[in-house]
Amino acid sequence: MTIAIPSLKVETRTRASSVSRLIALAVLALGLAAPFLVSRGAVQDLFFILTMLVLAQSWNLLAGYAGLISVGQQVFVGFGAYAMFGAVILFGIDPIPAILIAGVLSALLAIPTAFFTFRLYGPYFAIGTWVVAEVVRLLLAQWKTLGGGTGTSLPREAVRDMAGVGLLRDLFGMKPAQASDAITYWLALILAAATIGFIYRLLRSKQGLGLAAVRDNEQAARAVGVDARRMKAMVYLATAFMTGLAGALIYVQKARISPDAAFSVTDWTAYVIFIVVIGGIGTIEGPILGVILFFLLQNLLADYGSWYLLMLGLAGILTMLFAPRGLWGAFSDRTGIQLFPVRRTLVGGPSVHQGGSSHG
Amino acid sequence: MTILDTIVQGVLLGGLYALFAAGLSLVFGIMRLVNLAHGDLIVLAAFLILVLVNGLGLNPFLAVLIVMPLMFIAGYALQAVLLNRTLGKDVLPPLLVTFGLSIVLQNALLEGFSADSRRISAGALETASINLGAVTIGLMPLMAFLSAVAVIVGLNLLIYRTALGRAFRATSDDPVTAGLMGIRPRQVFAVATGLAMAVVAIAALYLGTRANFDPTAGPARLIYAFEAVIIGGLGSLWGTLAGGVILGVAQTLGAAVNPEWQILSGHLAFLAVLLIRPRGLFPRAVD
Repeated sequence: MTIAIPSLKVETRTRASSVSRLIALAVLALGLAAPFLVSRGAVQDLFFILTMLVLAQSWNLLAGYAGLISVGQQVFVGFGAYAMFGAVILFGIDPIPAILIAGVLSALLAIPTAFFTFRLYGPYFAIGTWVVAEVVRLLLAQWKTLGGGTGTSLPREAVRDMAGVGLLRDLFGMKPAQASDAITYWLALILAAATIGFIYRLLRSKQGLGLAAVRDNEQAARAVGVDARRMKAMVYLATAFMTGLAGALIYVQKARISPDAAFSVTDWTAYVIFIVVIGGIGTIEGPILGVILFFLLQNLLADYGSWYLLMLGLAGILTMLFAPRGLWGAFSDRTGIQLFPVRRTLVGGPSVHQGGSSHG
Repeated sequence: MTILDTIVQGVLLGGLYALFAAGLSLVFGIMRLVNLAHGDLIVLAAFLILVLVNGLGLNPFLAVLIVMPLMFIAGYALQAVLLNRTLGKDVLPPLLVTFGLSIVLQNALLEGFSADSRRISAGALETASINLGAVTIGLMPLMAFLSAVAVIVGLNLLIYRTALGRAFRATSDDPVTAGLMGIRPRQVFAVATGLAMAVVAIAALYLGTRANFDPTAGPARLIYAFEAVIIGGLGSLWGTLAGGVILGVAQTLGAAVNPEWQILSGHLAFLAVLLIRPRGLFPRAVD
């Protein structure tokens, strides 16, 4: 640097984000203590919310920031789950390291799938990812050792003797079932925090700026030297890793797998898309708001069966038409509040301009 | 069953897939829109035909003549009211809106007709066949194939020989300039989606008489239609027929080896084409 202008700085931080950092830490601390504070049923509910949040944040990164609209992310949930089952049943590995192995294998699976799906343009990419998910589902349904088309269960002792269960029993006198719920819950909490942390860091980094540039205008971004294809591929791999981890973790807790459930479009893609769209696509806050709403709605409308999904679909359509940036986007536009700001603002100059366009 | 027979059955099945795909291909060609609810709309039309056949005792072929204009109106309204609002540079809104529509349709059909699988009865035609020595051709599959050919001939005549077709092509190339020449792109889009839905009604007849269907059968039909379009290459309706035939033959050959491999081998054929010829076998469109 030849000319130093010490008074000028580019920042993404705002007053609200400093507050939200404190709130996030408090929520995390409270979350860690939850298994000692609330009932086992509530811990399971929280586990569900957190794992859906991981799936939603991953899909949001993919669709909302990288512009890769996939309706086939269930491939990584299902494959991650099957990889974990395979590691536990075939190799006798403890479920917790098996989750990590599943994440890595899911990221590896993303290489050949990207090779195929990246050949398809925009909207056709979406259906292409779906075909790939179907192929992987049909192939795994042929694998008789893991139950074929009807599925299989995790060996009871694998979950009961999972790493940490003994420790929790000795320290807090927890029963094995309660202890394994607590452990999967903590892992979900860590995974959710790490996912949000990773995405937030990514979006504030140089790569994140490149990603936003590609989303807003791919040609212009390429012209200033952003490697759009490489950037999208990296995001695709990263979300495959996160989604695979979440899938494996969900199925450690479920302990029973079948190809139709593990590769369900409704459970792992439709719900996730509605969470993100209704909450606010292209924001980190949106999926958090969306997953809370989703959980409340699901409990309220649990007795209405398919009416519930029907209404969720309608809500998704109406949001896309009338508030395309979702509930959080509408709220943020009105109040200017951003808990995870990624917009760069110039501070320290003679006239500090806050606010402005809503793009990150 | 001989190899020849398997291939012939696959070709005829391909006609059905081409019928699924023709509407998808038409809509994409004109407005670059992929309707993720396409398969569910086929199933909706099949239920409409079923209601007319079972409720009023109509012949299924007569029922389809009633359902075609109904589906045209439904398609026109869908495009005019909903989908036109989503069109733009961004591919996200149309995809997510049609995905939402797919979920809404599936669950509305579940509420209306329960999850039971149904079938449209075509009477004696169902089992009628033509015996050609080594090969026996079912009359209904043959009619499905011939209908596919007729639909494609008809659509091509419409696109290349009529004023409406000229409007389709002009809007596809450049909606703004077409607008300056007195064409209203939004109305053209609505007519195109209406036409696609009329074709969907024909596809629904053969879907419903060939095999059982239920409210969740839509997504698989969308995937077959999509595979036929991509194998054939974007922008060419004859390519779509060829794509459907390749998909159908791959499926029947796979099923001949092991019944569990039918769907899988179709998908693998699709991936193989994507690997070797990413733009499909007979591409016409630039994108």
